[in-house]
Amino acid sequence: MNSFLLATTIENWIEGGSIWPLDLIFSLAPAGVWAAIIHTALVGAFFGLPAGVLIWAERKVAGRIQDRLGPTRVGGRFGWLQTLADGAKLIQKEDLAPDAADKMLFRLAPYIVVVSSFAAFMFLPFSEGLVAVAMDAGLFIALAVLSIEVLGIVLAGYASGSKWSLFGGMREAAQMVSYEVPLGITAVIPVVVAGSLNLGEIAQIQSGGIQNWIIFHNPFTFFAFFVFFTVTLASNKRAPFDLAEAESELVGGFHTEYSGMRWSFFFLAEYASMFFVSALGAILFLGGWWTGVPVFESLFESIAGTLAWILGGTLSLLGVSASSDYLAICFGRMIGMTVLLAKAGLLVVVQIWIRWTLPRLRIEQVMTTCLKYLVPMSCFLFLGTVLWPLVLMTALGRTSLVDWDSVGERVPIPQQTVVAPVKPDTEAADEEAENISDELNDDSVTQLDVVSANAVSGGSE
Amino acid sequence: MGAFLFYLYAIIACGAAIAVVLNQNVVRMAFWLVVSLSSVSFLFFMLDADFVGATQLLIYVGGTVVLLIFGVMLTSSGPYKTIKSSPAELVQSCIIGLAFLALISSTVFSVDWEANERRLAEFEHEAAHIHDHEHGVGHADHHHREDHSVAYGYNAEKEGNTTRSLGTALLGVRFDKDLGTTGHHGEAKLSTGYLLPFEIVSVHLLVVLIGAAYLARAKRRVEIQDA
Repeated sequence: MNSFLLATTIENWIEGGSIWPLDLIFSLAPAGVWAAIIHTALVGAFFGLPAGVLIWAERKVAGRIQDRLGPTRVGGRFGWLQTLADGAKLIQKEDLAPDAADKMLFRLAPYIVVVSSFAAFMFLPFSEGLVAVAMDAGLFIALAVLSIEVLGIVLAGYASGSKWSLFGGMREAAQMVSYEVPLGITAVIPVVVAGSLNLGEIAQIQSGGIQNWIIFHNPFTFFAFFVFFTVTLASNKRAPFDLAEAESELVGGFHTEYSGMRWSFFFLAEYASMFFVSALGAILFLGGWWTGVPVFESLFESIAGTLAWILGGTLSLLGVSASSDYLAICFGRMIGMTVLLAKAGLLVVVQIWIRWTLPRLRIEQVMTTCLKYLVPMSCFLFLGTVLWPLVLMTALGRTSLVDWDSVGERVPIPQQTVVAPVKPDTEAADEEAENISDELNDDSVTQLDVVSANAVSGGSE
Repeated sequence: MGAFLFYLYAIIACGAAIAVVLNQNVVRMAFWLVVSLSSVSFLFFMLDADFVGATQLLIYVGGTVVLLIFGVMLTSSGPYKTIKSSPAELVQSCIIGLAFLALISSTVFSVDWEANERRLAEFEHEAAHIHDHEHGVGHADHHHREDHSVAYGYNAEKEGNTTRSLGTALLGVRFDKDLGTTGHHGEAKLSTGYLLPFEIVSVHLLVVLIGAAYLARAKRRVEIQDA
């Protein structure tokens, strides 16, 4: 049995002895180091690739909305390599720092922005179990890390030594300090419904039908999603809230003095965090990696099963034994990831659409929108979500408005497979199956045993 | 690996703190303060105190420092505001700093760390014993360290799942202390939570909020109309 399919973490897989040529490399450093490197590379791919695709999408959508074609030539038909060409151009540019700038802070500011945006991706689950760091305060930490991004922008504006940049930085600081409040409150609304800060659990709880999505949980969460979406527009400095870089008044705002790679870091971070908040919105409100249609779920399950059967058969012909049950879980999670990426991509397209449709607000209109409308609205929606089950329970005797014969279980689906190190005495093997997750920390044992925790029957011995 | 990361972040935290003191440019000081506070939050993450670490990031790094920089940007007259302290101020701040250092060191050295470790080991042993008793498991070697804690979600409490325990403790309920211990001698034992400090802090914040709103409100000119 291939331990890759059974391991809950990459570190677990490396410790359990990976496949032949790789284990020689892995023996050079502790498993934790290799796991960190692999995680960083994977998260980096999810940080960079969607950002690249979205920059291309921005050009295409903007072109179509303005009755142009957008990029058409680079890379063949649709100009799909335009982002890469831009990147190659930007790398070659001279890295300038103005005389009046505070050189150290000027050079460091883009890194703060890009690192905080990148670090937020660590806590984003792409599908069941596909997350770099599964933390139980995941949502809270992700928002905390993302909030550091504004610091880099303010520093960039201040350190540039230019009036335009300073104005951009000040507007950004004022805007972000205000919009953090409704962002936090609307992000807490799904937490109240789900009863967990763990993003993986919040998504798992929305399995089954579309009626289990948190956006359809009650009328307050329905409106909360739109407030959340508006606030994320502002927190990413997207039009109509892009006061920090208002081209018509401030030249380029906080990034006026930047060139080359440092300039592109700001944009990489902006598109990456656009994608991040969209994926966050999809997880919090729109069912995460679940399609919402039970027929599709069973269809995907059978597709994953077929793929697993084919691959498992091929592997067994090659002499590698791999249980098709575990392969099916792997493929199912991959399909789930695709669903989540599609939802997040759709939300980003809406962001782009709004940017090229609405005119920019003035700074005092931005502040009025936040302080006079969004903050009271989010407080009211939060209160409503808290009171909703209480009122329904008193009036109807149940906590949902319509008496659904709900397909999904409103409990998180537990993790299905793990590899557990074997203790010297194997008497307690049955009880181990219950306490697998506790065992994973135990470093003192080296041998591996494969235990199926629940649900999966095949291939456990 | 863990020790290496600890020393790395500890050195960064201390070095950045010294850089805050030695720098004279206000915004650079704020930057080094951010570095120092972030390293402290990484230390919290390493101690599996996820929630505290995230709070440190959100409130100190994300909130306070942004407000600090914002204040400097709005109030400074020149392009790069610097602080030059007079010798008297230097002496004053040295005295205050050393007094605080003495206070903290006396606190650290007055803790009996070995007794704490013994108590912790006893507590874990007792918890394991209770677990064995409940599940009717006979064999003695039983090193499920997290078994006595109430497990919520995917991670064990030792891996940073502290949010729920913190929340209930602030509301005055200590599941982590009380759940395993009832029925040990037959009587229910209730530990104290932190409801009173929580309420005091809440009221304090409310007062601050009302005060700020009062100070910042638009001043209306009182028009005296003579009859």
